[in-house]
Amino acid sequence: MDIKPGSRWKSAVCTAELVVVRPPSAAGSLACGGVEVLPHGSEAAGGDVHPDFAEGVLIGKRYVDEQSGLEVLGAKPGKGSLSFEGRAMTLKDAKPLPASD
Amino acid sequence: MQTRLLLDIAADACPDRLAVGSLSGGLDFQGLRARAAMVAAWLDETSARHAVFVGLNGSELPVLLFAAGMAGMPFVPVNYRLSDADLRKLVARTAPGVAVVDDDMLARIGEVEGVELVARSGFAARFMAGDPPDLRDIPEHENDIAVLLFTSGTTGDPKAAVLRHANLTSYVMSTVEFLGSDEDEAALVSVPPYHIAGISAILTSAYGGRRIVYLPAFTPEDWVETAARERITHAMVVPTMLDRILDVMAKTGERLPALRALSYGGGRMSEPVIARALQMLPQVDFVNAYGLTETSSTIALLGAEDHRLAIASDDPAVRRRLGSVGQPLPSIELEIRREDGAVCAPCESGEIHVRGEQVSGEYLHKKAIADDGWFATNDSGWLDDGGYLFVEGRLDDVIVRGGENISPGEIEDVLRGLDDVADVAVLGLPDDQWGEKVAAVIVSRSGAPDVDTMAAHVRGLLRSTKTPESWFFRAELPYNETGKLLRRVLKAELVESA
Repeated sequence: MDIKPGSRWKSAVCTAELVVVRPPSAAGSLACGGVEVLPHGSEAAGGDVHPDFAEGVLIGKRYVDEQSGLEVLGAKPGKGSLSFEGRAMTLKDAKPLPASD
Repeated sequence: MQTRLLLDIAADACPDRLAVGSLSGGLDFQGLRARAAMVAAWLDETSARHAVFVGLNGSELPVLLFAAGMAGMPFVPVNYRLSDADLRKLVARTAPGVAVVDDDMLARIGEVEGVELVARSGFAARFMAGDPPDLRDIPEHENDIAVLLFTSGTTGDPKAAVLRHANLTSYVMSTVEFLGSDEDEAALVSVPPYHIAGISAILTSAYGGRRIVYLPAFTPEDWVETAARERITHAMVVPTMLDRILDVMAKTGERLPALRALSYGGGRMSEPVIARALQMLPQVDFVNAYGLTETSSTIALLGAEDHRLAIASDDPAVRRRLGSVGQPLPSIELEIRREDGAVCAPCESGEIHVRGEQVSGEYLHKKAIADDGWFATNDSGWLDDGGYLFVEGRLDDVIVRGGENISPGEIEDVLRGLDDVADVAVLGLPDDQWGEKVAAVIVSRSGAPDVDTMAAHVRGLLRSTKTPESWFFRAELPYNETGKLLRRVLKAELVESA
């Protein structure tokens, strides 16, 4: 899978949709609910969220894999949680800035 | 990453939320995307390489901005306030292009080779009216220039600042939370379409899920009336607007209960105006933002909490932060440098340099950014011990008197503290002995200003070398439409008449 900045993906096993904000330093497998994600717009394969990856994706939140630098935005929420190369991704703590435009 | 992505994910996540326009009859996010895609398909069929906009604010603006991005063309909003000849010259520079032009501005441009002019009424009838079209699939284009903005140069032809998709999307994604706005939020936009804040407002609002309401042309009465009617929660104003808005509110008694946040930028705001605004709008969060066209808008901001701390503080070092632009965004690096390139100590004045993904620092055919990514802003400023940024104005405006660098802003602030001073501009005039001397142009409230009192006031708070030696009096000072003092225009007038 080509995890480019701006590329869009969807979970194979839940309703989550994702946008890649920063690519990983090396190619690898991005998964949601323990199953590799699919390109946005493709048919959902179906299946179950793995209990080890079931903490959910929230809309508007960022998730990071520190080791590879991969950063992903939750564009739609879902029950599965994200992992890269099997490593659980963590919620990025970002303080929102006030609107200035 | 391209600007269309910002709209795409918002339209997918909240298709029915209002994106632009009035509470009754505005365009929702799926409608905005579908209309933009329809316009993109049309642009694709033309031989144009630029999508140009000459007109007042309105719903066509975000449609055309996103459509241009989808079609892989730079979006070029042009300043309609230029003289007819200058307007025509700029439009000619966009050939081959297609320009959507307000009907009453068409005749001002006339015929321009290589640029197809489309009347705005025709554009609106074809693309904005009727039921929203089905969403077309527009393949992604490679062109990475999203927007060209002609900067208002005071000498020579205007330069076209280049903003790439990567600059703008990085700015939006690092400063705004995706759909972080509540469904009832609405931003009132009164900056013109050819200003960077007009462009960034469209992108940040789409990504944040906030409705945009446009004011085609600013009058304080119209601003207050629209803010009340549309239950506006957020707005950006330039300094010259805020005082006039407060006057209207004082007169009509309107208190704008829905308003939550007001940001201001684009020039110095006087402390009395801020204090009055804080008092008249106690429920409102004030944000002071500093940014440039070449940095995709904001690079530093003074937030609501900073405002409250500063105004409540007895410590002069904290209190004066009300006159700062706050701290640099976490996503950028900012340094103050001396002329020799060395980094300044805290509180030492120098040129503001900035680096980050949102910084384009680029003009057509000319990169103004260093190889290591740092961009010299040509603005003079300093950082205090707490990292708060104070902007002193354009480097060219700094007065050099006998080898001493003097910032006009500091003297202006001191003079503004006098009751009789309604407005003031300080600038350097040629001087045989010192190279330059300090001159003050005063707008007096009483009409009977006292030079000795004013001079003594400055001398008491600053140094004698900073005390103006020449005094001039005017009924008003020249500003451009975004609230920037036209110091160089004033200076040229004074030099001429000397």
